[in-house]
Amino acid sequence: MTLTPHDRLIRGLAADLKPVRRLPPPLLRAFAWLAAVAAIAIGLAAFADVDAVWQRITAAPDLWLAVFGSTLTAVLAAVAAFELSLPDAPRVWAALPLPALILWIAASGFGCLRVWIAPHTHVAALGEARDCFIFIVSLSVPLSVLLLAMLRRACPLYPGLTAVVGGLAVAAAAASLLNFFHPYDAAATDLAVHAVAVALVIGANRALGGRIFGSPAFTPSDVTADEVAPN
Amino acid sequence: MTQWLQPNVMALSGNGQLLPSQFPGKAALCSRVGDLRMVKVEPQNRSADDLRRSAQMAAAQAGDRAAYEALLRDCVPLIKVVAVRQGVAADHIDDVVQDVLLTIHRARQTYDPARSFTGWLRTIAERRAIDLLRRTGRQRAREIHSPLAFESYAEETADPSRTAGDAASSRRVNEALAMLPERQREAVQVLVLEERSLAEAAIATRRSKGAMKVNLHRALKALRAKFEGKD
Repeated sequence: MTLTPHDRLIRGLAADLKPVRRLPPPLLRAFAWLAAVAAIAIGLAAFADVDAVWQRITAAPDLWLAVFGSTLTAVLAAVAAFELSLPDAPRVWAALPLPALILWIAASGFGCLRVWIAPHTHVAALGEARDCFIFIVSLSVPLSVLLLAMLRRACPLYPGLTAVVGGLAVAAAAASLLNFFHPYDAAATDLAVHAVAVALVIGANRALGGRIFGSPAFTPSDVTADEVAPN
Repeated sequence: MTQWLQPNVMALSGNGQLLPSQFPGKAALCSRVGDLRMVKVEPQNRSADDLRRSAQMAAAQAGDRAAYEALLRDCVPLIKVVAVRQGVAADHIDDVVQDVLLTIHRARQTYDPARSFTGWLRTIAERRAIDLLRRTGRQRAREIHSPLAFESYAEETADPSRTAGDAASSRRVNEALAMLPERQREAVQVLVLEERSLAEAAIATRRSKGAMKVNLHRALKALRAKFEGKD
């Protein structure tokens, strides 16, 4: 009896079957990743002048709104990315972080006006802005690796969208953590550098994530000596 | 051995068949006791078929190959219905089936038996069907379909006497293939004649990619030696 291609595939898949541990709910997995971010935050807080950071952030509403916006974006984008990583998740999850993202962009953008409203405040020089860029990008690397590895355990059927939302979570988390070492008021140049860093992180996640999530379904690992023995 | 463990527990026999239960409901927990798997159920309006599939998937997650094979076979007609409904052409239905079977395999750890298996499968099948429609749509934009032009095109090198020659060379190739060792013949059949990708071929034949490559290489070498020796 000849086997149809479906029969052969089904037999192949059944032969490849190994017990799997069911994934915990996406919300729980998102909080696990956020816990890693929180651990980094606690570590960074040990090196930062927390009182000065607190005074700076609470000095003007746009500053604490921007920090609140970026933190909320990180939390909501992480939840959305883990939801989207399930094969049956609706695409609408990608909209979850949008309100927080708008708040973050709006509050940061409002901060730019400060240069004109209060011209004597200390805005970041180009060298300092470069440090921000390096901070965001280098902190994003371990966060992205962890997030992509965790997302890959599921099976996103919208790989590009999942990677972009994941990248947003990473970039927002890194930008939030930057506040520990950012004794400047927002200015257009500084903000542009942040925006470029965030876009770069999202773009890198999109490129890398799309590739990682789109890799072959599985590779049989049962290579036996018999199969490759000389015939 | 059939054994009722609790009133709200459905038992799955070793061959993956769900034993009849008068307590239909929601599968929530699966554990293994000897050759029996228990699926804890909660009342909910789900069809008996859906509950059976849920229990089979839960058993597959625990590593039960028989249940998994039975489930995948059961999925094929369901996937075909979804693909037809999505407007997939008849000659591409099998591609969608294979894509979905591979996705189920890759995503099996994300399935939660508390939810409908049929709904989960339907969503995956719809997405894979749409993916295929997009792929073929792009292909159509690049290529034209004109059977009439193809039929009426006079091939300049056409030679009626070649038919007999073609038949003879095809017979020679078939004979040469028949003389190859089984694994090499299988590699030629799947990779060359069926034009399947290395990953698909590895799954279908339950061999590793490396073994497939080695066998194809040896087969081609043997065939080349044979024909070059004759010609």
